[in-house]
This record gives sequence, structure tokens and C-alpha cells, in this order.
Amino acid sequence: MSSHKLSNLEYLESEAIYVMREVAASFERPTLMFSGGKDSICLLRLAEKAFRPSDFPFPLLNVDTGHNFDELIEFRDRRAEELGAKLIVRTVEDAIAKGIATPTPGELSRNRLQIPTLLSAIDEFEFDCAIGGARRDEEKARAKERFFSLRDEFGQWEPRSQRPEPWNLYNTMVSPGQNMRCFPISNWTEMDVWEYIRREQLEIPAVYFSHEREVVRRGGQWLAVNDIAPVKDGETVETKNVRVRTVGDIISTGCIESEASTIGEIIHEISAARVTERGSRADDKVSESSMEDRKREGYF
Amino acid sequence: MSSTSTIEKNSAPAASESLHKMDLLRFTTAGSVDDGKSTLIGRMLYDSKSIFEDQLEALERSAEITGGGEVNLANLTDGLRAEREQGITIDVAYRYFATPRRRFIIADTPGHAQYTRNMVTGASTANLALILVDARKGVSEQSKRHAYLASLLRIPHVVVCINKMDLVDFSEERYEQVRDEFMSFVPRLGLPDVTFIPVSALQGDNVVDPSENMDWYRGATLLGHLETVYIGSDFNLSEFRMPVQWVNRPGKDEFHDFRGFSGQITGGVVKVGDPVVVLPSGHRSRVKEIHTYDGNLEEAGCPRSVTLRLEDEIDITRGDVIVGEDRLPIVAQQHIAEICWMNDQPLALRKKYMLRQGTSTVQAMVSSIDHRIDMKDLGELEDPTELKLNDIGRIQFKTSKPLVYDSYRRNRMMGSFILIDPATHDTVAAGMLKEPENRMPVSVLAGPEDFVI
Ligand SMILES: Nc1nc2c(ncn2[C@@H]2O[C@H](COP(=O)(O)OP(=O)(O)O)[C@@H](O)[C@H]2O)c(=O)[nH]1
Repeated sequence: MSSHKLSNLEYLESEAIYVMREVAASFERPTLMFSGGKDSICLLRLAEKAFRPSDFPFPLLNVDTGHNFDELIEFRDRRAEELGAKLIVRTVEDAIAKGIATPTPGELSRNRLQIPTLLSAIDEFEFDCAIGGARRDEEKARAKERFFSLRDEFGQWEPRSQRPEPWNLYNTMVSPGQNMRCFPISNWTEMDVWEYIRREQLEIPAVYFSHEREVVRRGGQWLAVNDIAPVKDGETVETKNVRVRTVGDIISTGCIESEASTIGEIIHEISAARVTERGSRADDKVSESSMEDRKREGYF
Repeated sequence: MSSTSTIEKNSAPAASESLHKMDLLRFTTAGSVDDGKSTLIGRMLYDSKSIFEDQLEALERSAEITGGGEVNLANLTDGLRAEREQGITIDVAYRYFATPRRRFIIADTPGHAQYTRNMVTGASTANLALILVDARKGVSEQSKRHAYLASLLRIPHVVVCINKMDLVDFSEERYEQVRDEFMSFVPRLGLPDVTFIPVSALQGDNVVDPSENMDWYRGATLLGHLETVYIGSDFNLSEFRMPVQWVNRPGKDEFHDFRGFSGQITGGVVKVGDPVVVLPSGHRSRVKEIHTYDGNLEEAGCPRSVTLRLEDEIDITRGDVIVGEDRLPIVAQQHIAEICWMNDQPLALRKKYMLRQGTSTVQAMVSSIDHRIDMKDLGELEDPTELKLNDIGRIQFKTSKPLVYDSYRRNRMMGSFILIDPATHDTVAAGMLKEPENRMPVSVLAGPEDFVI
């Protein structure tokens, strides 16, 4: 009997599959948010495990900041096609043009502008549930996030009114105007994600591996040289071997110096790492509560 | 650089090779305010090197802001801003850490009397409950309450950390007093496995490293215990159960005949060829295939998620339960349960709630409240008029359709449920089903003739 005991990864996988199937069974119009990043790459594999040989019971949705690492878009489109999944892309650019998203003067990063773009896509397609790849270990404010997290009409998250989730009994009810965010890999850590990528031999975009890149030092981290936030006076461009731990808006995604060019080496590096993953995103550094503020506004 | 790259195989360094084969311990923490729970967790994360540089940096920044200037380990785990403002934790927060031996998920729940609700939530998925007691104060009402909840939720293992030993001169005598005081009410609760550890969360004694101040203590450190406590049999592995979540029907030519029943196994083990019964309908069949994305399995056990295909064409939908032939579950419409009320709006008798158990959702109506637990002395108050937020009590209720379940005592996954208010959609209660007073026979429709087991 003891041979049936699941390992950590098997347990987390089974839990995530269970949660995905709850979405399929309980919602009329779900979607899965696919960014091309490593967490959502895992989500796609979990969806295969949950639903094959059937097609995915939902389209994929990408909110495109337009501030991307080049290969990410190519990867995103190709992966969706390989899986035979429908991919919906809504861009921040478009949302700005339509007046749905308004940048504040001087605001270059588009991480915040993803929020209205996402909400308007949810409206447009009448999605009642959006599956995302957020994990509770990413940040303190996320530690209390639920598997099924209710949002009001403004996409807001109210920490005090979240539903208790005892056992694996999820309350998936939504009232008109509300919708749900669902996080099947809530209990995964960054390390679990990498272990899973290795175990499942998942392809990931090349920015995650060590590569040579021109970078500048800004806000305490190495940022990729890009056209959107050009190099300023007094900054020096250096060429370094770097990789990213998380992909977001290119102008605020910190690169870390690294020689890791295989999944195994990345895992090795992370086991020895001294900076949490979110620490490499500039926008979270602003205040310890910044994630909480963005969540209240509807960021995931 | 190339536009994409594929992963490398077999390039893993030895250090992390074993991680995905490690098992997982889920534990919940409880303690009264100021017993040192946040400090203890912070210490565990800190000493096991699970804190990262930027987290420390943020801690140091907030130490400057709040004055004092000293890094407060408790801040590592105090989550939301509202809580920081009030200086208390108000919700369940989950933390993650790993050692070379095991992976851990902590459900960190606040210590307030009024937050029984959160403790129940945190305890519901735990293998182990960690209870903190302040060595100076001894066993408080709160500690008893926590022990009671651990027994109510049937957490298999309990660890009692007698904390702040530095403030009682690391006295063995004081430790024994507190331990005996705690042990005096354990028999009444029927906790199966209770371990005591004297610690100083603040100074680190016996948290990760053995204490130099308490050489009279020969047991494991807290982390040592968490790493080695046996959790192999914490799931029910004897009676096969699988509530059907989703019916997999591809509707494509190549999978024309494919009809699979997807779900997570919530009890026991299933093998290809096993006879099974579908409840509540009572239809019988055999397992034709245990389908997974990674290939078909010969057998699978709890808590794996699988897709079963059966030999016979039977009408099966979400909410049905596929079970093994021997030891059938309870199938009933009249039930007894202990519940924890989780909503500001008290329980209303004869009101229609929605009930979620396994994968089925039905209507439920509470006919009576047998008793309410007096959280002060854990006695039972007979015939209470209501159950309010954070109250625990025993109820009798009916459901609009039969439920298929085991008593919570036998199987935590099969015997638990939540109640949902149909108007607000709030989750208003968490419940644990008991064996009904008169267990009715379950009808099973056999091939040729009907019979009853
Ligand atoms: N002397 C001493 N103080 C402690 C110990 N553990 C916690 N404390 C202090 O007790 C107070 C409450 O601790 P905290 O962790 O915030 O308690 P919580 O409310 O249970 O989370 C803080 O001032 C801690 O520094 C200990 O082992 N020894």
C-alpha cells in the first residue's frame, strides 16, 4: 500500500488537476491566462493532464504589455498552436488607444496597465473564471490567497471577505457582476515549478537560460537594454551573462547574473539563491505593500 | 541567441535530485496572541535558511520604520497590511519551506478566540498540529481549544511547543509541570499522538538546533521531529472511493468510444479489473482502464487524480461516487454532523442551504441543533437556540438528494462538507459527518438480480 504514497510533486500535481477540473465542471466560460512564463507553462501541462484526450474546455488568454522579451511572443503563439488551443490576445497598447487603460505621466512600466486590459477582456468575453499561475510563496500578500478567489465588478480583491476553503471543498459560486480567479498551483514554490519543468521536460523560453545581454544598473538591479526606457546619462551599458527568474514587463524585469544554461543548473542555482523571485521585479520594491495594493486593484 | 531553446535532460546536480521524490508534511500552527507563534515560524524559516536576502532587506526596512531598529522575526509571517496595522494575524496564511528531508506547508492561523473559523480551515488539510504554550503562563483556555480542534478535525499528530523557556530559566521542572497539565485533558480528547518539546523561539533553542541550555531534554528538536514524524498512513487506503468530478468525452473521431470519469481518488486503491459500484444509483461494473496523460496505470491510490473507464455503459455524472464493492459507504438523506459556523449570519433552522460534499452539491435543511460546544470548558450545552460565527455544535439535517459518504472519523475527504448560503454565496459552515444512528442498507443493482449488501 505504501507504494501509493505520492511524492511532493505528485501530490501538488494531483491537487492542481483536481482544481482545474473543478473549474471545467463549475463554470460556463472559463479561461486560462497564458503569458509564456514558466508558471503558466506548467498550467498548460496540468491542463493536458486534466483534460486529455479532450480539447481544453477553455481558451487561453494573454494580456500583452507590448514590453516583451522578443522570443516570448513567438513561444506563446507556437505553444498554443501545438496544443491545439484557442489563444486570445488583448494588448495594453490597444487598451490605451481605446481609453480603457490610462498611463499616468512618466509611468513607463505597463504592469499596472495590465489590470484594466485584463478586466476589459473578461468583460468582452464574459469570462466567469480566469485560471492563473500565481503561487502563494511569491509574496507575503499572496500567502493568504485562496485557490478560488472572488473578484467584484471592479476586479477588486477584498482580503477580509475571502471565503474559507476547508479541505478540498471549493465554493465556486459567483453572483452577477462577480467573477473568479483560480490558482491551481497556489501551493507550489518556485523550486517545485522548476522541478516540474524538469520532470515533464517542458520547453521554456530562452530568456530563462543564461545568455549574453546588454544591461544597465537601475534601481538596484540589472535591466535589459531596451527601446522603451532607453539608457540614461550616467548609466553605463555592460554586457553580461544573465538570465531572468520571472518574465514581466521588460523595463522592470531584473536580470540576474548567471551561467545556468540547463534546467538542472537553474535548479542548482536556485537552491543556493539568496534573492526571492519577486525581488527581481522592480515594481515590487517600491513598498512592502505594493503587491497588496495591486491585488486590491485587480492584478490577478 | 536562438529564439527558443529546449530543456536539457539528465543534467541535474545531485544536490536537488531528490527533491521531487520527497514527501510533503502539511501542518497548522496555533497559539494565543503573544505566545510566540510568529517568532517560532520566523525562527524555523530563518534557521533552516528559507529566508531570502530581499525578504530580510524588507524586514530591516520595516524595522527602521517601526522604530526599535531590531529585526523582528515575527514580521516575516505577518502578512497583510490591515493586520500589521492592528498588530494581529487575522486570516490563514500559507508558508512554504523545505529541508533536505521533507517539504512543508504551514497553515498559519491566528490565535484569537473568535477566529475558530480560520483554525478549522487551516487544520482541515493538516497532518500535524503545532500548538504553542507560554512556559510562564502554562496551559491556557486557548491551548485547550486548539487541542480540541485538532481532535475534532482529526489531525493525526500534535506537537506541543512549550515556548519562552528562556524566561523560566530553562527549568525542567517547569517544563514537566506544563506538560503534565496539558496531558491531563488529552485522554478526554483522544488525540492519538502528542509530542512535547521545550523551546525558545526567540533564542532558537530546540527549534532547528538542539539547545545547549536544556541538556536534560533528550528528544528531537522541533524541525527534527517535523522531518521524521511518520505520515505514511494519514490517508485512508482501505476503501476505494472516487467522487466523479468531470466526464471526459472528447467527441472526436479518433476517440469515438472514449468515455472517462475523472476525479481524485479520496480513499483506497483501485486496480484494473476491480468490480465497482456507482452510487447512489447502485449500478455495478468493472474498471476497464485507469487513464492518465502519462499512460494507463494498473492501479492507483488516494489522493491521485485519474480518469476511470468502465466495462459497461452506465449513466454517470458529476456528483456520483465510484466505490469498491466491499465496505460500501453510507448513502443517506438524513444526517448527523459536527459543524463550525463561519458566517456573521447565524445558522437558521429550516432554511435551505446549499451543501457541497465530495463533488456533489445538494440542498440541505437543518432540523435541529443537538448541542453547542462551550469553548471555555469544552463541555456540551444541550439544546442551544442558535449557532453563531465561530461556534461549534452538532446538528441533524436532511438533504434534498442522497449523499454518499463515510463518517469523517473513517475518511476525512469523504466525510467533510461545506454549507453555502444560496443568497449571498458565502461559505457559512464547515462540517464533519458522523455515522447515522440507523444505517440503512445500500441498494446495489446487480446484473441479473437486484440484491442488497
Ligand atoms: N523571551 C522570549 N520571548 C519570546 C519568545 N518567543 C516569542 N517571544 C516574544 O513574545 C512576543 C510575542 O511574539 P509573537 O511571535 O509576535 O507572538 P504571536 O502573537 O504568537 O505571533 C514578542 O515580543 C516576542 O519577541 C521566546 O522564546 N522567549
